[in-house]
Amino acid sequence: MNWELIFGQIKWTSFVFAGMIENPSLSEAIASGAGSIAVLGALATVILLTVKGWWVPLWRDWLTSVDHKKVGIMYIAIALVMFARAVIEAALMRAQQLAATEGAGFLSADHFGQLFSTHGTIMIFFVAMPFITGLMNYVMPLQIGARDVSFPLLNAISLMLTMAGAILIMVSLVVGQFSTGGWSAYPPFTGIEFSPGEGVDYWIWAVSLGSIGSTLTGLNFAVTIYKKRCPGMSLFRMPLFTWTTLCTSILMIFAMAPLTAATIMLALDRYAGFHFFTNGDGGNMMNYANLFWLFGHPEVYILILPAFGVWSEVVATFSAKRIYGYTSLVYATMCIAVLSFAVWLHHFFTMGQSANVNAIFGIATMIIGVPTGVKVYDWLLTMVGGRIRFSTPMLYHINFLLTFILGGMTGVLLANPGVDFQVHNTLFLVAHFHNMIIPGVLFGMFAAVQFWFPKVFGFRLHEGLGRASFWCFAPGFLLAFFPLYWLGMMGATRRTYMWSNPDYVPWLALAMLGAGLILAGFALMVTQIVVSVRQRAQLAAPLGDPWDGRALEWSIPSPPPSWNFAVLPQVSSQDPFYEAKKAGIAYRSPAAYEDIEVPRNTATAPLIGLFACAWAFGLVWHIWWLAIVSFVLIWAVVIARSFATDTEETIPAATVKALNEAFLAAARATPGVTRDREMTSDNKGRAHPEALEGRAGTLASGTAVEAL
Amino acid sequence: MARNSRKGGSVTLRGRAGWLAVAIPGIALPITAYAGSFLEPAGPVAAGQLSHFGVISGLMLIVIVPMFVALPIVLWRYRRGGAGAYRPDWEFNWGLELLIWGVPVALVVALGTALWRQTITGDPYRALGPDPLVVEVVALDWKFLFLYPEQGVATLDLLALPEGRPVTLKLTSGTVMQSFIIPQLAGQIYAMAGMQTQLNLVADRTGDFTGRNTQYNGLGFATQSFTTRVMSPDAFEGWVAATKAQGTALDAAGYAKLLPSSVVNAPVLYSQFTPGLFDQVMAGFAPGMFQHHGHAAMPGHAAMPGPAAMPAPPAPHQGHDHTPEAAQ
Repeated sequence: MNWELIFGQIKWTSFVFAGMIENPSLSEAIASGAGSIAVLGALATVILLTVKGWWVPLWRDWLTSVDHKKVGIMYIAIALVMFARAVIEAALMRAQQLAATEGAGFLSADHFGQLFSTHGTIMIFFVAMPFITGLMNYVMPLQIGARDVSFPLLNAISLMLTMAGAILIMVSLVVGQFSTGGWSAYPPFTGIEFSPGEGVDYWIWAVSLGSIGSTLTGLNFAVTIYKKRCPGMSLFRMPLFTWTTLCTSILMIFAMAPLTAATIMLALDRYAGFHFFTNGDGGNMMNYANLFWLFGHPEVYILILPAFGVWSEVVATFSAKRIYGYTSLVYATMCIAVLSFAVWLHHFFTMGQSANVNAIFGIATMIIGVPTGVKVYDWLLTMVGGRIRFSTPMLYHINFLLTFILGGMTGVLLANPGVDFQVHNTLFLVAHFHNMIIPGVLFGMFAAVQFWFPKVFGFRLHEGLGRASFWCFAPGFLLAFFPLYWLGMMGATRRTYMWSNPDYVPWLALAMLGAGLILAGFALMVTQIVVSVRQRAQLAAPLGDPWDGRALEWSIPSPPPSWNFAVLPQVSSQDPFYEAKKAGIAYRSPAAYEDIEVPRNTATAPLIGLFACAWAFGLVWHIWWLAIVSFVLIWAVVIARSFATDTEETIPAATVKALNEAFLAAARATPGVTRDREMTSDNKGRAHPEALEGRAGTLASGTAVEAL
Repeated sequence: MARNSRKGGSVTLRGRAGWLAVAIPGIALPITAYAGSFLEPAGPVAAGQLSHFGVISGLMLIVIVPMFVALPIVLWRYRRGGAGAYRPDWEFNWGLELLIWGVPVALVVALGTALWRQTITGDPYRALGPDPLVVEVVALDWKFLFLYPEQGVATLDLLALPEGRPVTLKLTSGTVMQSFIIPQLAGQIYAMAGMQTQLNLVADRTGDFTGRNTQYNGLGFATQSFTTRVMSPDAFEGWVAATKAQGTALDAAGYAKLLPSSVVNAPVLYSQFTPGLFDQVMAGFAPGMFQHHGHAAMPGHAAMPGPAAMPAPPAPHQGHDHTPEAAQ
């Protein structure tokens, strides 16, 4: 019997537990433990779903849904699950580096290599990307007054491809090894000559699935913003989060392609004996570096721009004031998006190109600092003349302004080839990009969760626990990463599992402390969600506007109905809902209702995701029959779907009317709460606008308003 | 001399760095731990990089400090219930607009000028004086082979250099890409198979300085470092003579034995090596494509196998004027 025909390269020793049996050590025990957690976690989920009888609802209401809101929630769920894994990996690496100064520590060099590779790959492709994509999915159509994205099924397929990639990476915990080539997977190290085995293949196929999903998302969102804006929503009336979503979508369209090309070329090198990036035979890894960073640099802005959008919404809402310099912010965002394609070379100043080339790319990099600096000061000026409430999202924002600007400073330092020659590939670089991504992107997403959670689920998150979580995360970040700047300047290289320099120890200890605080912050965040779910009756804000919001999403019930808007809104200014509240015309009944068509649920997307996952698994392990069958099945599903004609269902006008009138009546009947009562159970989501309160002179500054 | 002034600059900067170390994390932490770092430069290249680090950091304070000053004031004044006037519809002011665009633009002009100058003068390909000592570096897993064509000796994981004499390192890789650095002397440059890169440096003082690979290349990566031993010119001559007098020769077969991955615990000295070994290592990755390699004459420095690199002249290292700015 030729088992290889059936199981490909999988042997019993491929399972992570075999390592523990054959070669027991703490490092192997940790690997086995992680594998066990993955298996037990999956098992626990299966049991929970069975016991609770949730299989059918899960399939019917979620997996087969093409509703942009549910797709968005599932994206963020993936991001949080993957974050839990990758943040634990980070803490393990910190502990290893601290423990390894007096010996080799407790992780093997190989295990450490897999950890930094999975940590980076997961954090970028399966935490940050799904997080921003989920958020854009949920919020953007609501902000432009649309009922869904332009291609709802394609949206669900993007989600399922991303989920397939995430599952593949989780499977690598149990079956086989992961790459040790880092998240950037530079050949020739990741070529078949130097990295035989399945590790790099896991990286290639997980990333490829994610990047194809992101390309489709970019196309989908850009078309949605161009075509599905409600009447009156001109481009320059769009909320800033929608603007940043548009820029990110355009970046996704152009930037994901080089990555997919690079991973496919690397795969051809590994599977088919090609020589794109090999040593010799005409291969050249410099082409990989260029392709990868042609994706990799815009990717940084793909991640940060939606977070910038979140900051713009948060700062205006919690300052109870218009955003300062709207037009300026739009142009700054577009400048950043365009310039982001002109700086990729700064990731390899050290590759030996001429000084002129380095200088040009260095200066281009610095120029990005201009629009970014403008944005930062626009946010500061937004607060001027406001009435600032220090709610959790605002705390994240203040923390962002102070720490991001320091990250910008080290970014400008790194833009100098002469400085980069010294700190490239050191912990200084690691500190810099974490300094941009954690306070910028990750905390931006956390702020967004705090901000839009009541919209999504109809109840607020517990504010006290939110602040507690912030007060762990923010100092945790500072402690975990600022020592790394110094370590990097002292010469500590990245991706290093042990040093013999005792001078590093105190700094590593500080960083470890920071990692502990970050873990505590995450634990508090999970606690916050659990507690909030339990207290959802007190925290309920079904009337949709708990924060005295400004854009259209706050004008509809929480959670919104599947069709979002009973009647498509008509917009005549920026901040349309805020203006409506100010003018006293919010919550008015529309003149007439019409039938609404919404897309039917379909099994197409989850089936494509399932087969894509199987296809990738088959390729990783050279199980050719599985790869072929799955590939055929993917396209069989696509073809079968193309024959389906009954893909939409109609919501009768009467149903829409009944629900919407009930909501409007409740909203009108409920007295608006002032911002003083925002965090109390009085806040049912009907806001008394702060701007009106000022005019009434209830606050000390009322007279000053008159003077203006 | 320019070099002296750079040195002076480095001293004050070292002071500043030390102050930073105290101010940021607290008194109890070590502040003298610069050995093996560009914070304690031992040559003009690293000193220039350190002083440039200081210049850029200083200039960046122009945008950093206002935020740290203004944000607390704004938060206090405009907090809910604070004294600031509430102007919910205020959204624009031309004066402020010019300020927040103008200051960063002016700053980038200043920063960009500094960057351009430093990048040209700090170009790793720019020779630092006449008659440099040429050392050929072959990056291997997980060790470095150093070939001294002028002296005819070779070493593994020991880079012996004379004090004060310009040094031209020519680098290639016998394996995956690596990044070569001696922080106290000069910054990183990649070493790539089949291609040659270059790093010029001068050591100002004698002593042992750690060098290493910073690009992950497998299990032995963490320990892939070597000692750079800078000696007085006389001591260097003595070291060459002593090396020639003992040790083994390195031929093609001996080189082949170095290729399997290994960590070298103690430096190895070779009394002689096969001439042209460096070129053979490079040519080995592009059979038939290289006649000679010499200095890459193409505009991009990294010599690539392929048509662009083929007419590379067998020029000696003296002519470093392959880019206009380097000839200034």
